Amino acid sequence: MTKPSRAALLLALIPFAAMCFSVPLWDRIDPMLLGLPFNLFWLIAWIVLSSGCMWLAYRVEVARTAPAQRDP
Amino acid sequence: MSPAAICLATILAIVAGGTIVGLLAGVHRRMDLEQWTVGGRGFGVALVFLLMAGEVYTTFAFLGASGWAYSRGGPILYVLAYLTLAYVVSFFFLPQIWEVGRRHGMQTVSDFFRARYGSPWLAGFVCIVGIACFVPYLQLQITGVGLIVSIASYDGIARGPAMAVAVALLVAFVCASGVRAVAWVSIIKDVLMVFAALAIGIGVPLIHFGGIGAMFRALAQAHPAHLTMPGATRNLGHAWFISTVLLTSLGFYMWPHSFAASFTARSADTLRRNAVVMPLYTLTLAFIFFAGFAAVLVVPGLSNGDLALLTVVRKSFPPWFLGVVGGAGALTAMVPASIFILTAATLFAKNLYRPLFAPAMSDAQVARLARAMVVVLGLISLGLALSTSTTLVSLLLTGYAGVTQFFPGVVLGLYWARVSARAVFAGMIAGVGSAVLLMTSHHDPLFGVSAGFLALCLNFLLVVALSLVTPALSRDAERRPGTLAWAAGA
Repeated sequence: MTKPSRAALLLALIPFAAMCFSVPLWDRIDPMLLGLPFNLFWLIAWIVLSSGCMWLAYRVEVARTAPAQRDP
Repeated sequence: MSPAAICLATILAIVAGGTIVGLLAGVHRRMDLEQWTVGGRGFGVALVFLLMAGEVYTTFAFLGASGWAYSRGGPILYVLAYLTLAYVVSFFFLPQIWEVGRRHGMQTVSDFFRARYGSPWLAGFVCIVGIACFVPYLQLQITGVGLIVSIASYDGIARGPAMAVAVALLVAFVCASGVRAVAWVSIIKDVLMVFAALAIGIGVPLIHFGGIGAMFRALAQAHPAHLTMPGATRNLGHAWFISTVLLTSLGFYMWPHSFAASFTARSADTLRRNAVVMPLYTLTLAFIFFAGFAAVLVVPGLSNGDLALLTVVRKSFPPWFLGVVGGAGALTAMVPASIFILTAATLFAKNLYRPLFAPAMSDAQVARLARAMVVVLGLISLGLALSTSTTLVSLLLTGYAGVTQFFPGVVLGLYWARVSARAVFAGMIAGVGSAVLLMTSHHDPLFGVSAGFLALCLNFLLVVALSLVTPALSRDAERRPGTLAWAAGA
């Protein structure tokens, strides 16, 4: 069993910090951006940014594993 | 034709079309147990993806999320956070589950506990909890169909008979076709759902306010507290948000059908890549929220918030469009319900009844027993749907409080050699027990924190503490150099 690397875990902590633990900081209506209340805008933005974080984590994990274990 | 007739005919056409596609997918195939439950293990990546994505687009998202946006406001934002973070969490254990699953020939979450901890009783307990948690989730889908039919018939057909018909259809569909049919209907369902969500989410604010931005400005002016937490509630604040997001994002893949779907992936790498892409699948839900928030101003004063989406669609669009939305909604209830009922029935017959009570049963007998369980589970859920009136979101959260109790056993089992079967069993009993106790005594949330999350913390602490005090002797016997302490076959 290969344990995940520390770098990948740290990258995964970013979405948790942004979308979960920091809720008192961004749960407000103003400023409205793109017509959305700030809390809704923040979460939608972080759906996309989280995907980016996990893409970086994926690159880190792929670089660690032997090429033979990867899909073609 | 009256509006109700147009609307109901459209719904019927969509549901019938979906059912026929499903039944055609199952024809020409011999229906043994393996074919019925896991599609003969022959699913490509696309079908697996659709099965796994099924959870995002259920009646919960469609009627439940818009319903809470309408009746509760800000707290519903937890859905966007939890789905995204569930995929983030999955990156770190699903590929590993897939690896041990292949090595030990696992099909269900119960198989995992059996192989890792070697206790048939622990594996049986996991089955019971899994099946019990499916009941509110099934009830949610059936209630959804009842709401759709009663709105679409312009209140001409009562909710009770509509739910009974839905359950009969569901049971017939599942018994006749199995998982392959479900996967194919998923495609139709997802396409219709995305179309409906975008059309409603953009259309409703446009028709009544001139745009999404104008709608939110009007709502922020009329009900400034509605858009933030705790919204229209007293106790669903930030502590509730954090604890509920943690509970549900950790529990997402503990649902037996989601856990099992990961075994059908082609490789561990596929699951990692899925975790990168899947958060984007959540974006459509934002449009459902728009419709729920718009309904606050367009159709105020509904007694049942879960009716908000359909009522606002009925007020804004022609009857045929309400029919399309209703048909999409009916499929988003029927498809996941089929998966749940299929998974629960298989768990009961294959992982609970046969290993503990009737080891000599043949596969054909197990398949017959599983089909009988489909009927029983359908009737139990129907009975509950007829007799209670909980909101759709609350029903799902009830299920989560139960299934997430598997999480410590799964993740510690993968990564911590010291964790013992007794510790996991004790932790799970304490977790499930305290969750049931808190929720039935109406202490959810407790001091503003989700009861299921408190139960999970208790579970986790017990597992760690009891594993640390378990005598080292029994552990050394299980441990093999370089691998985890798999008790399989011991």
